[in-house]
Amino acid sequence: MASRPWIGRSVPRVEDGRLLTGRGTFIDDHPPVANLCHAAIVRSPHAHARVLGYDVAAALAMEGVVGVVTGADVAQACKPFGVGVTAPVHYYPTAIDRVRFVGEPVAVVVARDRYLAEDAAEAVGVDYEVLPAVVDPEKALEPDAPILHDKVGTNLAGHRRLVYGDPDRAFAEADVVVRERFKFPKYGSTPIETYGVIARWDPIDGVLTVWSNFMGPFIMHPLVARVLQLPENRLRFIVPSDIGGSFGIKSSIYPYLALMGLTAMKLGVPVKWIEDRREHLLASSSGTDRVAWREVAARRDGTVLGMRFKWYDNVGGYIRSPEPGCSFRPTGNFVGPYRFEHLEVDASVVMTNKSLTGPNRGYACGHLYFETERMMDLLAERLGIDPVEIRRRNLIPADSFPYRTPTGGLYDSGDYEATLDRALAVAKYDELRREQAEARATGRHVGIGLALAVDPSVSNMGYVATALDPQFRAKPEYLPKSGAVDAATVKIDPLGRVIAILGTTPQGQGHQTIVSQIVADELGLEPRDVTVVDEMDTFTRVWSISSGTYSSRFGSIGTSAVALAARKLKAKLLAYAAHLMDVPVEELEFRDGGVHRRVGKGAAYSIKDLAGRAHWNTESLPDGMEPGLQATAVFGFTVAKSVDAQDRVNSSNTYGFIAEVMAVEVDLDTASIKILRYVTVHDAGTIINPMIVEGQIYGGALHGLGGALYEELAYDDDGQLLTGTFMDYLVPTATEAPEIEIEHVVSPSPLTTLGSKGLGESSSMTVPAVIANAVSDALKPLGIGITELPMTPTRLHELIRAARARRSSP
Amino acid sequence: MKPPRFDYHAPASVDEAVALLVRYGGDAKVLAGGQSLMPMLNFRLARPAALVDVNRIPVLAYVREDDGTVAFGAMTRQRTIEFSPVVARRLPLLHEATRWVGHLPIRSRGTIGGSIAHADPSAEYPAVLTALEGEVVVQGPRGRRTLRPAELFETYLTTSLAPDELLVEVRLPAMAAGAGYAFEEFARRHGDFAIVGIAAMVVRDGARCSVARLASAGAGPVPVRLRAAEQILERDGLGETAIEAAAARAAELVSPDSDVHASADYRRHLTRVLTARAVKRAVDRSR
Repeated sequence: MASRPWIGRSVPRVEDGRLLTGRGTFIDDHPPVANLCHAAIVRSPHAHARVLGYDVAAALAMEGVVGVVTGADVAQACKPFGVGVTAPVHYYPTAIDRVRFVGEPVAVVVARDRYLAEDAAEAVGVDYEVLPAVVDPEKALEPDAPILHDKVGTNLAGHRRLVYGDPDRAFAEADVVVRERFKFPKYGSTPIETYGVIARWDPIDGVLTVWSNFMGPFIMHPLVARVLQLPENRLRFIVPSDIGGSFGIKSSIYPYLALMGLTAMKLGVPVKWIEDRREHLLASSSGTDRVAWREVAARRDGTVLGMRFKWYDNVGGYIRSPEPGCSFRPTGNFVGPYRFEHLEVDASVVMTNKSLTGPNRGYACGHLYFETERMMDLLAERLGIDPVEIRRRNLIPADSFPYRTPTGGLYDSGDYEATLDRALAVAKYDELRREQAEARATGRHVGIGLALAVDPSVSNMGYVATALDPQFRAKPEYLPKSGAVDAATVKIDPLGRVIAILGTTPQGQGHQTIVSQIVADELGLEPRDVTVVDEMDTFTRVWSISSGTYSSRFGSIGTSAVALAARKLKAKLLAYAAHLMDVPVEELEFRDGGVHRRVGKGAAYSIKDLAGRAHWNTESLPDGMEPGLQATAVFGFTVAKSVDAQDRVNSSNTYGFIAEVMAVEVDLDTASIKILRYVTVHDAGTIINPMIVEGQIYGGALHGLGGALYEELAYDDDGQLLTGTFMDYLVPTATEAPEIEIEHVVSPSPLTTLGSKGLGESSSMTVPAVIANAVSDALKPLGIGITELPMTPTRLHELIRAARARRSSP
Repeated sequence: MKPPRFDYHAPASVDEAVALLVRYGGDAKVLAGGQSLMPMLNFRLARPAALVDVNRIPVLAYVREDDGTVAFGAMTRQRTIEFSPVVARRLPLLHEATRWVGHLPIRSRGTIGGSIAHADPSAEYPAVLTALEGEVVVQGPRGRRTLRPAELFETYLTTSLAPDELLVEVRLPAMAAGAGYAFEEFARRHGDFAIVGIAAMVVRDGARCSVARLASAGAGPVPVRLRAAEQILERDGLGETAIEAAAARAAELVSPDSDVHASADYRRHLTRVLTARAVKRAVDRSR
């Protein structure tokens, strides 16, 4: 195996210099487009209302106003977006005849600057007939609930009952069955940079160019082209080199790409729209709030025989693709790290008068593991078994990888027990338990929680079809979907300098740094010798449906494409050198940035030397060798197959593992939670840059902490958002960050070129579980178990008060 | 989040500022540190015809100790107060409360006059003003007048200042040497407005409490002077039982509302918990 001096080192990030000195190129810094005008969006103040008409005359008469586009224009010019379910939900870039959530766009005003546009937006009259609203997914399914979409006739956008193995038998044969109901909150990511779009229509070429901080997946490109009824090769998406964070949220920007595209086409001017923070909180995207009913069937010794999941996922006023991924994205890893074979999933996707949902860091895995890991603790409690022991008895053993889960997942590698043991050792679990006992004896409420999670990366596009009925998928006209691919190009310039070209739309993950490390190792260079260009342009980059940076893809699939491209180029250089040296290629090897004989002395060619000769004197190339020194590799996973007739699907391609231990203390008087210890151990295969990985874990953990303790897009019963500013929507800050003890176990993936897996979502999916378990453990003496997040002081105070009232009344 | 159009004035004197307020007849807003006003403008929640920016009136920024009173120019920054030796010596309660005000960038811009005139009941300074029986000086076209907290704070974000009046000075009586003090606060995150805050001061005379001062932040539409709770301490001393009784009484004196951050019941409960903690800490510090 080739030596890897750079992979595995905390190489300082190439990106940081420009980002920390304010020299990044974000969408708002985008080079000027001539005659650029600015858009403000008129949004619905009502959660549910009929749109009876628009009055734009006053706005049009105002200073600097170029024009107004309303829902009527959208209805005339656009087709609705494709949705991931068969229910006839018609979702357009704006409301058409009805608004279904507060903040839904109803019109766009374009003016000379944003101030004037906002002034004029206030002057747009919209005639509404207000309708009753519903925001609670359970109430939305009651018979007398207001119906959002008359054509659908129900607020149920989709429902699937998935059965794996024989859950009924597992429950019938169980010694013990534990049941619980959980609620998971609606929260987003609040990236520091909000959405931004610039659209320019060229009527001569018939090309619509849309610059934006869209992060993929680029399946949305054909979707937008269809909505605008443009041929795909007349719609150009460009993404600048820097995006200020996304965490999944910016995949849902695409309706605005269509909206600003239409506005530019209709008004004949280039249009810029930068979402402001109020718009972002009100109407960008978030994860779903969920009500879940869980059942676990087990033997007396703690062996889990089967589980039942039932949930209502609240997707808001419409179902916006890739939803209902909220229900099905984790299909392959529904069982988590446990080896039980029998599972029933009853998934309902419900529409209510809340803002729309989509991928949010961990895409539904935070929900999944919060429920599962709470259930494991409840089962342990019921059986009087230690929470560590009950998990250990159910783990997938290390010798069974690659492991096929009953739901179709293919866990590529791992050693779950070793990772759990590492977490326990770092946390000094036994000592922690002793300290807890001492603290309890003095009246303190200290608790210890555990959480385990299989961390899926690189979604397989095929999982989306799990939402569809197998009978529907069996129809001949149905076209199955599958796959996960990424491309990279490495080229050598005439004086021997190396450039790597990607189209991966990073949002701060440090792709340039990672790629420079990989290419340096492959070509025997130093990272600083490699220039990495990462700007997406659908007209010039090699891309496909699944392109983009989401689903923790890059560490797994992007790195594979880069390494393969470098290897292709290396092979070409070797062949060329063999020709120049007139020796068989087998006698040569690539090391230290050049081609050398494997044994003995003799002439050697540096990359610079070979590049010079190849570019300046093509006559020196061997017969049949294509001129030019560049190689493009497209890497695709062969394990990404479409969903089968039994609803089994390998919904991701690589699967890491997380084991966490947390200790907390609850102050009963103020109902506040203090984190005393937090240990997280990850197995993400080969680690390319430990510093970047650590940053991802910190970010993921804080994101999870947000959902567990602070963040909620809360609505009143009329559908008004209660947390529409950063005064009310509380995001954990550096002051709230606990110290995190991070360790790694490495089980290289057999499926990726470098053995690496994704890790971008990481602890966002475990922290809600681990802290809920720790707080429940702390409050066990009062008989309190956490079933609902976020654990706000008010909610905790209510639980404590009720528990004390129970105690004092016999 | 762009404000609608407004006129902007940056007067160089208080008289000039008052003249501008008169000219706009109630349709102008005074810009001090801007930590609350600027977001309100950007959200279009405040839509004044004009801003009167008082940042360029140098005589409005000072800390002066005079005859047992510490006087603050309205434009004295919270950051200045945080590091003022006079405040540390004579008003340690204000010093401690300042540490709870927002974050460093907020304190660097925010002013004592702005915080009090904004009258957010969750803010720290209105509670300290209330506890210490301070007063504010306001100047209008009819001259100057002095207002006590009970006369100043009317309800959420509302004071008795006339639209053409400018708050120019805040006066706090210096604390007695040896007085114990504490500012206890609970917020969901560090730097947020208080869910509940309690300002406490006690002066001890042997085993007795000669003076007790208590005020709440965040537990109702205005900061509440907790006089009946103070009286329990002044009558029964500073033992554990008296402190618990005073804390329980404090919880009865406030009339908190529910909002997205906390229920009224939880705020009332916190008032009791934090009053007890504040008094205990104040007692520990008293000499």
